[in-house]
Amino acid sequence: MSQLDLNESGRRVLLMGNEAIARGALEAGVNFCSGYPGNPASEVVEALAKVAEKFNIYVEWSVNEIVALEASAAAAAAGLRSLTAMKNLGADVCSDFLMTVNLSGTKGGFVLVTGDDPSAHSTTTELDTRNYARFADIPLLEPSTAQEAKDMTKFAFEISEELGLICMVRTVTRLSHARGIVTLGPIPREKRTASFSSQDLWTSGSSSIACMFHSLLHEKMNRAQLKFEESRFNKYVGKENADFLIVTSGTGWLYSLEAVKLLGLEDIVGILKLGTTWPLPEKLVLKHLRHAKKVLFVEEIDPFLEQNVKMVASELLADGNVGPLKFYGKKSGHVRGEYGAGTGEIDVDVVIRALAEIMDLNYQSRNKEYQEKVSSAVGSVVPPRTMGFCAACPHRASFFAIKKALQWNGRDGIVTGDIGCYSLGLLPTGFSVAKTLHCMGASIGTANGFGKLAQFGLDKPVVAISGDSTFYHACIPALINAKWHNANILYVILDNNTTAMTGHQPHPGTGFDALGNPVPHIPIEDICRGIGVEVRIVDPFNVKEAVQNVYEMLKMNGTKVLIFRHECPLTEMEKEKKRPRVYVDQDKCIGDECGCVRFCTRVFKCPGNIWDSAKGKAKIDEAVCVGCSICSDLCPAKAIIVEEVT
Amino acid sequence: MEDLINIIVTGVGGQGNIQASYIIASAAVKDGFYVSVGETYGAAQRGGSVTSHIRLSKGTEYGPLIPKGKAHIILGFEPVECLRTIGNFGNRQTKVIVNPRPVYPIDVLSGEAIYPAVEKVLEAIKELVNSVHVIEATELAKKAGDTILQNVVLIGCLAASEFTPIKMETFNAVIGELFFDKNLELNLKAFNMGAEEFKKIRPL
Repeated sequence: MSQLDLNESGRRVLLMGNEAIARGALEAGVNFCSGYPGNPASEVVEALAKVAEKFNIYVEWSVNEIVALEASAAAAAAGLRSLTAMKNLGADVCSDFLMTVNLSGTKGGFVLVTGDDPSAHSTTTELDTRNYARFADIPLLEPSTAQEAKDMTKFAFEISEELGLICMVRTVTRLSHARGIVTLGPIPREKRTASFSSQDLWTSGSSSIACMFHSLLHEKMNRAQLKFEESRFNKYVGKENADFLIVTSGTGWLYSLEAVKLLGLEDIVGILKLGTTWPLPEKLVLKHLRHAKKVLFVEEIDPFLEQNVKMVASELLADGNVGPLKFYGKKSGHVRGEYGAGTGEIDVDVVIRALAEIMDLNYQSRNKEYQEKVSSAVGSVVPPRTMGFCAACPHRASFFAIKKALQWNGRDGIVTGDIGCYSLGLLPTGFSVAKTLHCMGASIGTANGFGKLAQFGLDKPVVAISGDSTFYHACIPALINAKWHNANILYVILDNNTTAMTGHQPHPGTGFDALGNPVPHIPIEDICRGIGVEVRIVDPFNVKEAVQNVYEMLKMNGTKVLIFRHECPLTEMEKEKKRPRVYVDQDKCIGDECGCVRFCTRVFKCPGNIWDSAKGKAKIDEAVCVGCSICSDLCPAKAIIVEEVT
Repeated sequence: MEDLINIIVTGVGGQGNIQASYIIASAAVKDGFYVSVGETYGAAQRGGSVTSHIRLSKGTEYGPLIPKGKAHIILGFEPVECLRTIGNFGNRQTKVIVNPRPVYPIDVLSGEAIYPAVEKVLEAIKELVNSVHVIEATELAKKAGDTILQNVVLIGCLAASEFTPIKMETFNAVIGELFFDKNLELNLKAFNMGAEEFKKIRPL
């Protein structure tokens, strides 16, 4: 659905923010790209993978983010232009390397794209990765629109190459997954060769060498700051020399513009929009602070600009050059989401509320009478819609089997969860079996602790659950640790042969790479058996066998691995196989008299199984059911019929 | 700000609503509008609510999120999701096109919540907005060949409604670029069925 690879300079196209970042990389002549999938950043690498052959780019989905960053860094050290993209928590994973490659530097342009997720739509934390730019002391760019996402990515390559320093581009869900108009630029035809010889040295050093490189980093950042003072990505609109100043970045820019318009404050408020937010263009900021009496900060997640601008202002306040100044934003509590300041997404309404509170204005998007009417209409009839596993998802069967086996076992076993679709194991769709959820690999990682607490009186079975992609990404060292210390853990790996949560990217077990080309396949069971743990492999759709195996393995001592292997129905559907028709024989279904307590809808809860209230019997929703047939095996009345379609 | 048009496409993951928003946005681009689309699809394939905001303007670019109470048009793929969206973004001038076929949340299937009678939902919607067109999009899609075509049926309704200034032939052209062969045939059929149905029915 994309026009990413059009070589028509000047053409206006509709691009997703992530595609615009990929386009910016293309226009910068990117040679090497790596990443690990994660919302909201996945489409950057996916978009480049689609055009990799056409433009002779190397693109890989790496096993995890630190390997991705290291691989791209090496290509950049050899003089190529490289990009790595990841979600917020991915930046944590790669931060170890980031904190040294900032010192060792780069030859070719080297760009790190991080996707933050305000409101944690599909993440376990609202981490603000801009702090990594300040932490590692590397240049940071924050695009506000799809156009800027493209233009800033291109600029990031240029400044990175000029300074010999990795440059970071920070995006957020509402930019990455939004679409906007982008005017395309030319795609260069320059061919680069990689070079790294025995004369080259690429290191952050240690002791005095590390300090020397640290000093060099400061010098590079001083040069970055000079450039940023002049950057076209920073702009000011609104009343000249306004005494009410909004300082904003990223998505805050368009939200602020609209809020000011809706409140009719165009002639009162000035907006300073910053695209280069670390190092801060101090002179530019000061120029506008000088006239301001009140400053409101509008930005996603942390008070990053807020703190940095305040730091700059404090120096001037001491000299008596500015002020008195009053600051508003997250610290003051004026910019706040549903759960308070510094949490949740911002939007136009958040900015309107902040402005209205500060200026004592009255703004109501709808009149009181309508607001009351709409609230009561929605409140009284609209049911919640909790996320659930898709129809035919094997995870539903896997969690059902684990739940059953734990009930049989009767020792109140502990189940640790991990990152992926199966994170929903904490919710009713996964029978609320999983009890912990943190970051990639934390299932088996924390199980290492839970599995060693018998001497302190906590002697229960411990079940760790992760997916296949997560296994390769972060679970192997923890599994080795468990085996090494003979921790009592049953590690269940839900292998659906894809990275499903983020849009079905390949992993080392799938046998193909980011471009869809065949590559060596590295089976999970081979790795586990190599570590020396017992491994069993079961299809969770064979429910009896699945429950039996979990039950047996719970009683075994030491570290064990059970692989529940069944392909994701969404990738299976792409193969366009004929799917059987599943329907309820309502003569056989005896409804509430069955004693099954409506097993298909109330217990198993597959969205394809619905209730025919008129008849008081089960029914299949044909718009949802994809024909996996597991409900037919589980129905005690054998009322669900599977009809092969020819 | 007068030329701004705010459209919301709302439904449940898997109903094809993201593709629908892409078609509307692409048609608007072809007709020379500035377009911004905001989508929430972390939950797209997991039975959650999925909503796309599409904002068209001849004058300037807007952010991807529509402010509270500012939707001009709501295309509802599912009745309670449509009402939920009106709760946040509807107003007395909002025009609604809605598919009345429920997709039951698991909270309802499991007996923890109650799905209201569809007539009651439609009645509530009618009380809150300017006009409501009820289109049996899933049923029409089934007739066209596959329930998944319900999104294009609804696009056909939107095109025929002339609620937006986007031209009928522009929608046709976008569908023509997006699909091929038999799929194109099916999608055009569904699109036309939606358009004809809209002309046939009266608002609630």
